[in-house]
Order: sequence, then C-alpha cells, then structure tokens
Amino acid sequence: MTGLVVLLAVLTGATIAGLLWRRRDGRIRAVAADGGDILDPALLARLGVDAAAAPVTMVHFSSAFCQPCRVTRRVIGEVAALLPAVRHVEVDAESHLDDVRALRIMRTPTVLVIDRSGRVVKRASGAPRKADVVAAVAPLLVAA
Amino acid sequence: MDIDPRGPRFAAAVTTVVLALVLLTGSWPLLAAQALVFALSAANLRWSPYGWLYRTLAVPRLGPPAELEPSAPPRFAQGVGFAFAAIGVVGYLAGATALGTTATALALAAAFLNAAFGLCLGCELYLWIRRIVPPRTTTAPIND
Repeated sequence: MTGLVVLLAVLTGATIAGLLWRRRDGRIRAVAADGGDILDPALLARLGVDAAAAPVTMVHFSSAFCQPCRVTRRVIGEVAALLPAVRHVEVDAESHLDDVRALRIMRTPTVLVIDRSGRVVKRASGAPRKADVVAAVAPLLVAA
Repeated sequence: MDIDPRGPRFAAAVTTVVLALVLLTGSWPLLAAQALVFALSAANLRWSPYGWLYRTLAVPRLGPPAELEPSAPPRFAQGVGFAFAAIGVVGYLAGATALGTTATALALAAAFLNAAFGLCLGCELYLWIRRIVPPRTTTAPIND
C-alpha cells in the first residue's frame, strides 16, 4: 500500500516538475521592453560576430557532450537557410569563459538574438523550437 | 561515440515501469536486476538489454534520428541510476524499507522525467561536473 502511495506521489510530483521545466526550457524571451544592452564591439569580435553584416544574428553558445546543442544547431541552421537575412554563429562556451560570464550565460545551449546594432533583443536557454525561432526573428526582419 | 538519442529515452521508459513495479512489490531481486542493467549500460550502452530491445523492436519501425548525441552523458546517468538502485537493494536487504523505497522513488523520478519529458538529470549533472572540473586532456571538439 505504501508503495502505491509513494508511486503516485512520485509520478504526480515529477509530472508537475517536468511540465514546469518544459515551459521554461527553450523559451525565447524578450530581453526587455526596449531591448537589452548593446554589446561591446570588442566582445562581439572575440565571439566572431559581425552584427552589422545582417539584420539578425543568432549567436548559439554550445559545448561538447551537449545533446540539446545539437538540436539547436540543426534548428537554427534550418532557419538561417530559410531566411537569408538571419545569420547563425556558433560559439564554444568553454573557449570564451570570461565573455560567457559577462553575458550571464548559465548553461548551454543559450541563444542570443542580436540585431544590427549589436543589441541583444531576445535570448533562450535550452533548445528552442523552430516555429518559435521564426516567430522571434520575424519582427526584426520587418523592422530592419 | 555517438548514439541515437531516442534509445536512452526508450530505456528510461522501460526503467520507469520496472522501478514502479519495485515500489509496488517491494521486490529487492527486481531492483537488483535493474541495478545490473544500470551497471551494464554505464559500462557500455551496447550492453544494455533495453537498448537491445530498442534496436530490435523500435528502430526498424522508426526512421533515422534527426541528430545523434554523445554517449558519455547517458552512460554517466546510468551510473547514477546504478548508485541509487544499489543503495535501494542494500536498504531492502537490511530491513530499512524506507531507505529502499526512497532510493527507488528517486531513481523512478529521474527515469520518468527522462522518458516523459526528455529531461536527463544525470546528463545535466555530468555537464555541470565538466564545467567545474574541466578534463585534463584536450576538450572534445565543438562538433562532438
């Protein structure tokens, strides 16, 4: 009898936790109502990002042994192939630890959506869904 | 080595059922058998009986995976599962049923989260440890 109670409690608790996690993971959120900070050009250069080269640059921070990073790489790659105005830059987090810390990046994959002026407009922690990525960049393409 | 990421999720689903049965029956031999499966998988994913089931039954019916994942994090996660299962067996054998039940419940929660939501807690732990203790040899390339 105890076993059944424990089983139900575990399944209920884990389901709630899982649903909460799934809502947050990969969600692309706007950085602030008027956008985030304009990043230091030197930092962008270190990461291999040329913001002015495209209306939208998606900077994907990844690391080794990271399976969601592979999903992210594929998803962003597909969006970049679909929308020429979107650039895709992948950065190895482990080789840029200082910059990663400065950008408050806590885990991989983390994706920063950067506009032409080098401003961080949106960010996502965890692998974003393709439809969400397209929805996130669309307003920037219209405004650019 | 790279693997089909759906394999570990399938294995997690089987593990969830097995551990649920352990909770319902309090059967330490069943838990010990699961501990053995954990140990085999941690050593080499090819040795996992659940992986064998996946390859034999599921793969012929599914298409190829969208991307592969590195095998080190799932193997580590199986090792963590083994630790919990081993503690559980010791608990049941020593008459400390609460310990046995708790250890089983925790392993079940992790397996369920993996199976239902694709959230591999052991994998996250592996990545976290790698961040704290970088390997002494060269890190794996970004395309790992």
